[in-house]
Amino acid sequence: MTTSLDPSTGWPRWRRSWWYHATFYARTWRGSTMSAVLFPIFFLASLGVGVGKLVSAHHGLVAGQTYLHFIAPSLLATSTMQIGEGESLWPVLASVKWIRTYHAAAATPLEPEDILIGKLTWVASRAFLTGIVYTVIIAMFGALQSWWSLTMPFIGALVALAFSAPLVAYAASVDTDASFITIYRFAFVPMFLFSATFYPLSAYPGYLRPVVQFVPLYHGVALARSAAFGSGSLSSTLGHLAYLTAMATVGVIWGRRTMRRRLVN
Amino acid sequence: MRVMSTNHILEARQLVKRFDDFEAVKGIDFVIERGESFGFLGPNGAGKTSTMRMMSAVSHPTSGSITIFGLDPSEHGPEIRGRIGVVPQEDTLELELSVRQNLEMFGRYFDLSRRVIRERAAELLEFAQLSERANDKVDDLSGGLKRRLTIARGLINRPEFLILDEPTTGLDPQARHLLWERLYRLKREGVTLAITTHYMDEAEQLCDRLVVMDRGAIVAEGTPRDLIARHSSREVVELRFGTDSHEELHSRLAPFAERIEVLPDRVLLYVDRGDDVLQQIHSAGVAPSSALVRRSSLEDVFLRLTGRTLVD
Repeated sequence: MTTSLDPSTGWPRWRRSWWYHATFYARTWRGSTMSAVLFPIFFLASLGVGVGKLVSAHHGLVAGQTYLHFIAPSLLATSTMQIGEGESLWPVLASVKWIRTYHAAAATPLEPEDILIGKLTWVASRAFLTGIVYTVIIAMFGALQSWWSLTMPFIGALVALAFSAPLVAYAASVDTDASFITIYRFAFVPMFLFSATFYPLSAYPGYLRPVVQFVPLYHGVALARSAAFGSGSLSSTLGHLAYLTAMATVGVIWGRRTMRRRLVN
Repeated sequence: MRVMSTNHILEARQLVKRFDDFEAVKGIDFVIERGESFGFLGPNGAGKTSTMRMMSAVSHPTSGSITIFGLDPSEHGPEIRGRIGVVPQEDTLELELSVRQNLEMFGRYFDLSRRVIRERAAELLEFAQLSERANDKVDDLSGGLKRRLTIARGLINRPEFLILDEPTTGLDPQARHLLWERLYRLKREGVTLAITTHYMDEAEQLCDRLVVMDRGAIVAEGTPRDLIARHSSREVVELRFGTDSHEELHSRLAPFAERIEVLPDRVLLYVDRGDDVLQQIHSAGVAPSSALVRRSSLEDVFLRLTGRTLVD
């Protein structure tokens, strides 16, 4: 990585880009804080409490938990995934092609790497803050059973980063947004529904389980769940962490190439 | 190592930029002196923007060398860019933010302190006559106001060297003149300017020295007056005819001028004394539907050098 330090302050130069993204968000978010708080409450009330009643009446516990408790941590994973997606496709294509604000930034002391890292650290920060809000709300619904749940905001940040990095890289390489809708429809919507989000892996037929385990969001959901309940083996936890970290790493390496090609070629 | 050769802001030698199999800049040489205003005149596609991007230490040459402030941009990119202001062809402003916020954001990119940013933003808003619109969203501004803001933004780091890519394209005449006036002011304050344009009047007005570019190469260099003296005559007689065949006109008009250009809509006669020649033409029984005598311009230089007009 060729991002470097500011001589005056010793801070990494990418923080200037982080600051830009954070300020831009702070000045344009409008209603999104309200919905960030209300959405998880509505979600847990309707699915967790409502559907949960039916589940407990017909099925009893799910993987040793009430249905509400079972699905609450997955909410954190799916929402931070959505932050990763939402920040990364259209906003990036707009910045490199339509409004071209990244080109303006590339004419300042910032290098493409600074712009990329600033963007990704911002996405992770936003997911981290959202993770705190969600963790508190999930706690209010009584779904947290372990001190490990304090790591949930970090898990949120990692999930967002794992999705954001490759999507930023991809968005910086394309000329139109034609493929974005397809990505949403055929990758994100199924992932949201079928990552052991709403029922455990054991509910899938045996031959489908490896497929589900291959899906990135599955690892975020599994991590959040084991943090909330203090469950899960060390090896599986490390496996999930490694999977998501690998996605983020590949995304950064790829993004460095696409951003360079786009901005300074 | 610094190679601060006297007064050169920028030196380019055999500069080449290639994209895949397209060569946008084909080995050009030029030097920009401190305090001057240097122009790149040429039609769209002449390689001006590619040259600009290399001059602003953003894109790297495919081959050849460029030094800016005596530094090599491939090693000192951030440092060089910290001392340059760039006004790109497209405004690249943050449409969702206010005028002032756009300036402040950009100030952060240069790592300026909040206090400095606040002061300079106020100053630049004044300079660009945007103080009253400071809190308006950029999306709501007219094209001319956006352009002024883009120029103000390019000045937030107090650059020694300001690079403007087609600064007035798409502006109405009044907005253009205001911009020119602001650029003169910067020049008086000692800022070195590099300007690309495909408007010959802009080049004549703003540039102390310029290069004429065509298809990735420099075809001439000098002061506007120099170039006109060297490559054109003192005056030009422009004749328009109804439907006459231009072939035939060429031979009939040839004796009257040093050189003749036949364009689709008019015939240009390069002469020393336009009015005299016009008289002679009339006496010889040639009857154009309209006739105009004017001074030679850079447009004529360009036509002479490339056989094409600037704005096709």
